[in-house]
Amino acid sequence: MTAPALTPQQLFRKQVSGESLQQGDPDTVHAHTIVVTLENSIGALNRVANLFSARGFNLESVAVGPTTDPTTSRLTLVTTGNDRIIGQVLQQLNNLVDTLVVDDVTDGAFVERELCLVKVAAKPEERNALTGVADIFRGNVVNITPDSITFEVTGPTTKVNAFIGMMHEYDVHEVARSGRVAMRRHLAFEHNQ
Amino acid sequence: MPDTLTQNPPAPESAPTDRCSRGVPVSGAEILIRSLEAEGVEFVFGYPGGAVIKIYDEMHRIGPQFEHVLVRHEQGAAHAAEGYAKATGNVGTVLVTSGPGATNTVTGIADAYMDSIPIVVFTGQVPTKLIGNDAFQECDIIGVTRSITKHSFLVRDVRELASTVKKAYHIARTGRPGPVVVDLPKDVIADSAPFEWPEHVTLRGYDFVGRGEKGQVALAARMIAEAERPLFYVGGGTLISGAGEIVTRLARMTRIPVTTTLHGLGAFPETDPLSLGMLGMHGTWYANQAVQHCDLLIAVGARFDDRVTGKTDAWAPHARIIHIDIDPACISKNIPADCPILGDVSTVLEQLEPLLPGASRAPKDLSRWHRQIDTWKAECPLAWKRDGKLRPQHVVEALRDRTGGHAIVVSDVGQNQMWAAQHFTYAEPRSHITSGGLGTMGFSLPAAMGAAFGVRARAERGQADDTQAAPALPVISINGDGGFLMNVQELGVIAAHKLPVKIVVLNNSFLGMVRQWQELFHGERYSHTDLTPTNPDFVALAAAFGIPGLRCTSPDAVEATISKAWDITDGPVLMEFRVVTEEMVFPMVPAGAATGDMIVQRFNPENCA
Repeated sequence: MTAPALTPQQLFRKQVSGESLQQGDPDTVHAHTIVVTLENSIGALNRVANLFSARGFNLESVAVGPTTDPTTSRLTLVTTGNDRIIGQVLQQLNNLVDTLVVDDVTDGAFVERELCLVKVAAKPEERNALTGVADIFRGNVVNITPDSITFEVTGPTTKVNAFIGMMHEYDVHEVARSGRVAMRRHLAFEHNQ
Repeated sequence: MPDTLTQNPPAPESAPTDRCSRGVPVSGAEILIRSLEAEGVEFVFGYPGGAVIKIYDEMHRIGPQFEHVLVRHEQGAAHAAEGYAKATGNVGTVLVTSGPGATNTVTGIADAYMDSIPIVVFTGQVPTKLIGNDAFQECDIIGVTRSITKHSFLVRDVRELASTVKKAYHIARTGRPGPVVVDLPKDVIADSAPFEWPEHVTLRGYDFVGRGEKGQVALAARMIAEAERPLFYVGGGTLISGAGEIVTRLARMTRIPVTTTLHGLGAFPETDPLSLGMLGMHGTWYANQAVQHCDLLIAVGARFDDRVTGKTDAWAPHARIIHIDIDPACISKNIPADCPILGDVSTVLEQLEPLLPGASRAPKDLSRWHRQIDTWKAECPLAWKRDGKLRPQHVVEALRDRTGGHAIVVSDVGQNQMWAAQHFTYAEPRSHITSGGLGTMGFSLPAAMGAAFGVRARAERGQADDTQAAPALPVISINGDGGFLMNVQELGVIAAHKLPVKIVVLNNSFLGMVRQWQELFHGERYSHTDLTPTNPDFVALAAAFGIPGLRCTSPDAVEATISKAWDITDGPVLMEFRVVTEEMVFPMVPAGAATGDMIVQRFNPENCA
């Protein structure tokens, strides 16, 4: 049985939702970086995290920290989905009483950084090779012991991934990643409350 | 642990308002009571316990302006608050103790969340320094209810108590309403501070839109003017917004037919020829046909629930969609709208009214569309077999005829709910209360209790004011034999308060809706749905609570039984109808099927590929 032809309305709905119109269409799922300004109160972060699990949204990365205003904290989330799902994520975040601003920075120019610590087992004779790789990534040595070396690398997630990939040539013992933080490039964006 | 009993010496007897205005410190418990009074709370449905004993003690001392109703189970309190809120439009209030008291309200909170019902639930909590200690009757109720509340508060400082209460009611009531939990640690209640009722609520992260965006409203008006086969799809948000009247006016003005959701019943009179009744899984065949063929769907305060749409891909395939709702997350959640309008339903419809065909010029000629709908209505009306057996639909229609539709029908969940929805012919806003989103069995009896408290208080107020108040509408609780037992303990409260609730039990000795699915989709294997071995004698059960009971076993006695029940005016009455076990709810769209593939009468496997 062949599927009945879609009406123009059904086609329109699929397009709006960011769903593939035919099977085998290129990916319609994208990663989005969302910056949330949050009331700095007990349970506020819980509510955000809970929203993602309760509604079945993906949560790839979360980073949270204080801002210049002690009553708020700033959260950077990375989530994936088609346009309809991302729309839902944004609206549901907005609906939380504790969220002050929800900004999907993916729709404009933004910078994104992630910090990563990598501890590698290294004998003295391996150190030069390791620091050589780290130099290429502008990584710093933050700690060294007779049998190990710990690097700090900062950059976009792709760069951090590439560095960790290179380090896997060696005996990696621990990797710690901060999750991504992001910011729009321009001042121009005004939040309309 | 401090001895809470010695913290506050007995207060001198003086007028409470004096004491408050002088800024004299009072206990947290008193602050809570004064705050509820300041909020204009009429009823508190509650159950005492260790963590809230101080509040009950202060209530005993003060004699507050609200009435505390002692329920018999905390779930009953939550549903009673919902029923009260649905019947009156006010916020319902619940007060329970910590731990099990709090967790027993969870079903009611989830129910209120799904159906956008404003309730505030005050839960006791162990003293702040014991939180996290696995103390006696401790439960992280804020954590438990996080995904089923609109918002929640843990009060850590008695000085924040009054403003938190004000915020809680504000959040519960406004925007898209919903449940709010306020957790009250025992030491905060025992602590003292002056009572200061804030004039304003400040919540910088909370906002909602009232007026619709002008351009969108104009676009909607154009789309309505262009449509050849428009249809109003009216949901529960319409009633919450108090927009029943304006929806009715607009539909009659533009001659656009109206179908309602389960929660929209009563927003548009089903007695009107433009009414198509309910749509969806157990909606009328003609309403679903109209959805599948319309070219414009005007969704008003509705959320495109899966029980309405079935398979979303195949739903309303030709319709452009105007979606008016106050919750931005609801718009385009399940089906993208061509014209989303964010705002309060009443306000948006008022904005729309002057722009519509029919307002300044003659309404568009929709007679072809009307003729088509009339054909569908004639082709497959709602029907049931009149074969001398006692059918549940007969009972619902007899109740309608007895009351002329002037009643508040509170149905439970399952077959009884669908028959009550299909056959009562709702004509007035807030005349139908049910658990739609969560589908909570055991909802009807406590919710009817809450509704009855609300309408009785309103009628008494009307009499006291000497306004032209109609007598309290009768409250009819329609139950199946399964759900009825789930909160049957509240019969005691209904009896004690002589609430004139007409309790109907449609007894088919089965979990009927599950049985129906088993018959249709699971090879007639009736796994654990036969209640015959465990059902009580319902009339004797009522008698045990001091409630008169009537049993009806024959279709000839239905009207007489109802008549006898209506002769009892000074308290509740229970009517048990022994109805046909095999009766099913039709028409039906099988779960996940396309709305076009409706089972109209008996099961036809070809319709359900």
